[in-house]
Amino acid sequence: MSVRSGNGPLLAKLIALAAAMFLFAIFVLPPLYDLFCEITGIGGKTDGAYTAVSVEVDTSREIEVQFVATKNATMPWDFYPLEERVIVHPGESRAVAFYAQNRTGQDMVGQAIPNVLPNNAADYFHKTECFCFNNQPLLAGETAELELVFIVDPDLPASVNTVTLSYTMFDITDRTKVQISQVQ
Amino acid sequence: MAQGPATLADGWGKYLSRWLFTTNHKDIGTLYLWFSFAMFIMGGAFAMVIRAELFQPGMQLIKPEFFNQMTTMHGLVMVFGAIMPAFVGLANWMIPMMIGAPDMALPRMNNLSFWILPFAFAILTSTLFMEGGGPNFGWTFYAPLSTTYAPDTVNYFIFGVHIMGASSIMGSINIIATVMNMRAPGMTYMKMPMFVWTWVITAFLLVAVMPVLAGAVTMMLMDINFGTSFFDAAGGGDPVLFQHIFWFFGHPEVYIIILPAFGVVSHIIPTFSRKPLFGYSSMVYATAAIAFLSFVVWAHHMFTVGMPIAGELYFMYATMLIAVPTGVKVFNWITTMYRGSLTYETPMLFSIAFVILFTFGGFTGMMLSIAAADMQYHDTYFVVAHFHYVMVAGAVFSGTAAVYYWLPKWCGKMYNETMGKVQFWIAFIGFNITFMPQHFLGLAGMPRRYADYGLQFADWNMVSSIGAFMYGGAQILFLFNVIRTIGWGEPTKDPKVWEGAEGLEWTLPTPAPYHTFAKPPKIK
Repeated sequence: MSVRSGNGPLLAKLIALAAAMFLFAIFVLPPLYDLFCEITGIGGKTDGAYTAVSVEVDTSREIEVQFVATKNATMPWDFYPLEERVIVHPGESRAVAFYAQNRTGQDMVGQAIPNVLPNNAADYFHKTECFCFNNQPLLAGETAELELVFIVDPDLPASVNTVTLSYTMFDITDRTKVQISQVQ
Repeated sequence: MAQGPATLADGWGKYLSRWLFTTNHKDIGTLYLWFSFAMFIMGGAFAMVIRAELFQPGMQLIKPEFFNQMTTMHGLVMVFGAIMPAFVGLANWMIPMMIGAPDMALPRMNNLSFWILPFAFAILTSTLFMEGGGPNFGWTFYAPLSTTYAPDTVNYFIFGVHIMGASSIMGSINIIATVMNMRAPGMTYMKMPMFVWTWVITAFLLVAVMPVLAGAVTMMLMDINFGTSFFDAAGGGDPVLFQHIFWFFGHPEVYIIILPAFGVVSHIIPTFSRKPLFGYSSMVYATAAIAFLSFVVWAHHMFTVGMPIAGELYFMYATMLIAVPTGVKVFNWITTMYRGSLTYETPMLFSIAFVILFTFGGFTGMMLSIAAADMQYHDTYFVVAHFHYVMVAGAVFSGTAAVYYWLPKWCGKMYNETMGKVQFWIAFIGFNITFMPQHFLGLAGMPRRYADYGLQFADWNMVSSIGAFMYGGAQILFLFNVIRTIGWGEPTKDPKVWEGAEGLEWTLPTPAPYHTFAKPPKIK
């Protein structure tokens, strides 16, 4: 029976391996993926709020920044940039605004998710102020001008002349616990 | 001590409880094989619905929503219900007999891992009759199709996947424990038969990646029901993450399907060539290399998601690297046949077709691995044709060959050779008529998973559908031949059955007794 007695420890090891892989999938892979995207700029994910540091404005370069606003399939709001494109010098701080209107009869909360193209520009596009850092509650029929202040980093790769910043507006009314009336 | 199994003569109650409570590896192997054949027929019926609808352009028979459910269920049932349990069934039957063990190492767990499987598929298929219909998001169930836009029945799908995952993990643990602990004295690892080797490696792959699949569906479950946002951009998640996690499971999964098939063919070709397998140790190392590489190439399924060039190049070259160990295997099979005394019984016909058609599917895989070219091929019928060449002509042909090869050993009766050969030629021709034109359709730009298509695709689709009905018909012949063999086949007592067969399983009497190797055999 010496053969059989080896089954217990082996069984324990194999079950532990299976359990470890399950936990790996749920608790390690998603943060690892986010970290990977953050480091490489894949997926056009931009960083959070940026504290402006004084740099010299590089007037020799002109960068065209384009703005795209998309609504997620179920989002009924009006949502578009007031200026579709601006020309900036790297290092210069620039403010732009997006227009949003909740034409429905219900109070709603939206959340804009940014994305920057090309991917290698994502790390060099800094936002000092952005409506996307918080969610955007709008009462029924309310309009808003959503503000964004950004700086294009002078270290932006020389090959990049055009940066596209895209926002997708999602309806997160159901998932948010914030009472809209209290925010106003 | 050795007590025979209950038969129908002992009454229905005893007969039923024999199968329900059995811990015998042969009984459980039989259960797995019949279950997988039932699933194969069901998945095949779904395929027939798909091909009937695609026979002509325009919508004739079913609604597009139902078409989506058919493509999804066809994929899920064939991968998880037909192919995987078929090879687990073969493993249950053959591994103890091949390594000189009396049974599997964990017989009660073996019973459990089979009997939860019918429940998993009952849950999954019951969704077809529910309001909102069954899963309709493709067998790869990409988020957000499977989360935000999924039918309400998606929770049944998730639990079904959980149960079949648990079943696979238990089955694999059992196989690993059996092979590691119960080999006959003197059977070193490098003396193990190829089928045992490929299955051990497959079992490790399963233990490593089935939990990842369970993790993926668990995250879906939480996104759908508990307000998390793993895959939802609105809450900071990312749908592309789903694809990475899915294919981290999914790519090893395709080798889980094909490696045992490699093992089967590595037994049949030497038998009917009357030569030992050429390059045994290179076969073992090639199998291990394929298994290892399968973990590091997953993103070649998603070249179009917008990876950086460095990523595309890495996944492209790593994928191409897999052709090297696979080429070693194909080389060894061909070299085994070279100058052998070949005879062409049904299992050998299926095995030779396997080598030819699997290689063909491998070459289209090489085409798909070229990242730049994949931009055109991605999600077209070219991909559909590619993976059916490796899944059907690979796994299913090999499974059919295995059944014909070992059936006389299992039941002590010979199948009808003429009927087997007729089945082979209908299957071989039907298969190629079905899937060869799909390459052309894909290259011409026909996308997969649509219920309708442009008029320019009409001719080849009709040809493909005719081939599909032929191939489906061949399976009915297969079922008939197997039932006829078990009931009325010509009895055979020859332990070897095939004159060229080698291995411990052929030293046992035919038909294989209910209990074998109560005393371990001596290995030279």
